[in-house]
Amino acid sequence: METFLQQLINGIVQGSMYALVALGYTMVYGIMGLINFAHGEVVMIGTMVAITVLGLLAALGVPMGLAAVLALLAAMLACMGLGWSLERIAYRPLRNAPRLTPLITAIGMSIILQNLAMMIWSRNYLSFPPIIEKVSYEVAGAHFSNVQVLIVVLAALSMAGLLLLIYRTRLGMAMRATSQNLPVARLMGVNVNRVIAAAFIIGSAMGALAGFMVGAYYEIAHYQMGFMLGLKAFTAAVLGGIGNLGGAMLGGLLLGIIEALGAGYIGDLTGGFLGSHYQDIFAFVVLIGVLMFRPSGLFGEKTGERA
Amino acid sequence: MRHPVLHWLLRLPRHTAFLAVTGGAILLALPFVAMLGGQAWVRILDLAILYVFLALGLNIVVGFAGLLDLGYIAFYAVGAYTWALLASPHFGLHLPFWVILPIGALLACLFGVLLGAPTLRLRGDYLAIVTLGFGEIIRIFLNNLNAPVNITNGPQGITLIDPVKLGAFSFSSRTEIFGYTLTGPQKYYFLLLALCVLVVIINYRLQHSRIGRAWQAIREDEVAAKAVGINTRNMKLLAFAMGASFGGIAGGIYAAMQGFVSPESFSLIESIMVLAMVVLGGMGHIPGVILGAVLLAILPEALRFGVVPMQQALFGKVLVDPESLRMLIFGLALVLVMRFRPQGLWPSPERKRELLAGREGRA
Repeated sequence: METFLQQLINGIVQGSMYALVALGYTMVYGIMGLINFAHGEVVMIGTMVAITVLGLLAALGVPMGLAAVLALLAAMLACMGLGWSLERIAYRPLRNAPRLTPLITAIGMSIILQNLAMMIWSRNYLSFPPIIEKVSYEVAGAHFSNVQVLIVVLAALSMAGLLLLIYRTRLGMAMRATSQNLPVARLMGVNVNRVIAAAFIIGSAMGALAGFMVGAYYEIAHYQMGFMLGLKAFTAAVLGGIGNLGGAMLGGLLLGIIEALGAGYIGDLTGGFLGSHYQDIFAFVVLIGVLMFRPSGLFGEKTGERA
Repeated sequence: MRHPVLHWLLRLPRHTAFLAVTGGAILLALPFVAMLGGQAWVRILDLAILYVFLALGLNIVVGFAGLLDLGYIAFYAVGAYTWALLASPHFGLHLPFWVILPIGALLACLFGVLLGAPTLRLRGDYLAIVTLGFGEIIRIFLNNLNAPVNITNGPQGITLIDPVKLGAFSFSSRTEIFGYTLTGPQKYYFLLLALCVLVVIINYRLQHSRIGRAWQAIREDEVAAKAVGINTRNMKLLAFAMGASFGGIAGGIYAAMQGFVSPESFSLIESIMVLAMVVLGGMGHIPGVILGAVLLAILPEALRFGVVPMQQALFGKVLVDPESLRMLIFGLALVLVMRFRPQGLWPSPERKRELLAGREGRA
């Protein structure tokens, strides 16, 4: 029972970070039908920018709390700029291209960003300075820290904010319209280019927040960290039904929990045959299982026979 | 009485015959020319042909049948590990290659069906992510199946794999032929070239067969294909199985050629690389796919040799780490090609026409 509770807590924390990244994938996919493979790299650059800014501010003697907020803002701004330029430079010219073309472009951008990051931040592991003093709590034998609480609360707040934006503002309405039917939305006077740019910018901001959290949680960063994180988050988005915001959030959370529980129990379940280093396959096994019975994800709309 | 090959050549239109003869001559001379630049270049050529092999296999799945597969390298891994386990000191087995190669191809084929069966209902990007997950699962198992029973030897990989041997003729050692010393990689080049020609012929025959047309129908419109009586389930499974067995054969030869396999060689980025070759060259068009594979296999290697001298000429010293600069240029090349030739470098004439027509229709 203690393991269960402990792994559940770890899973929720990890899952809320997945969910934030998954939102970036799902928003772009919902509107353009594009898998933005470079999104994981955007998240990584968010972490890196935060580390650099934190280092600079610490050298200037700024108190840690303020420095953390400023670093988060800087990371978000940098990623928003990056997301916007990605769309403007790489994807916009390919709006009418064959379906796989933007996918290859996304892969190319991902390679470019990763190597740029390696040039700027070196190929070594960087340590993320502790932003608040760690306090540990214990409930029913399971441990959790204030950093974990902070991550879950921040993630929940920002997701609530996103839902408000999408369902209560004019921009949100335009985004929903565009994702339903782009040409018709354009005919109704929606500035489609602005909507798509907004999706990239908002998704990247969420990604930067996630990157900051991952850094603060694991206290380490590496130029290749975006790849696996992006892959898992994309899996989460598909699990929830890609293009669906609520689906991405729940998918992320679910994926985090499944992974954590799976890693905690796989040894007992298989009599010690498979160890916890099989953690990474849970995500994919569950995904394949779910898609076999629900081919468009848990909450995805049923696509017609003519996709 | 003329020789049949000569007869065939003479019946071709003149420029095609000319192209075939010069192309053939260049291909045969290539390993000797590359040898002037050193053994490393011959190895690069070998790998390039291997990638052509892989790209043509993936082209069956993605190009012909229109099923986006992001885990193709898993079949390559199955083939490579089959060879590695059946012909190395790891288990003490040393089976001959004409036994292992069919086993590898069959196993890969089986995995292809295994992947294909649960994914029949999935479309487009859902299929892509499931195949991706499948590829990762295979890699993770290869990485971890060294305990409690050591099957794959984990991340260390398997070493001392037997080379391809035909009787006493080993492909990895030097031989003297007509006073010229043929090195191992050169011999592999000719083996791979012969296999590759075979694969190209099979691909052409497939494309214009009943099966090929069925795949094309599924690619264009699955519902319509079903309505005209195509067994879409079997045809999709067949595409997966065929693509997979080509991957398996390529993997086996890769293992024998390198003498070493480890899970690291079969990561997602390799799958993506092969897909990039198919799309960059021109999906579904065999010459285009070959071009894409050769370019993407050679470009990073050529850059490896080029970036250091280039920087020295420009700035007088090495400013940027050559490894990252080379990948940076590679990524840039992918983006630029897709920007200016979205249909690929060498698309098939029909596809190009469709795209142009489609664009006018939409505007």
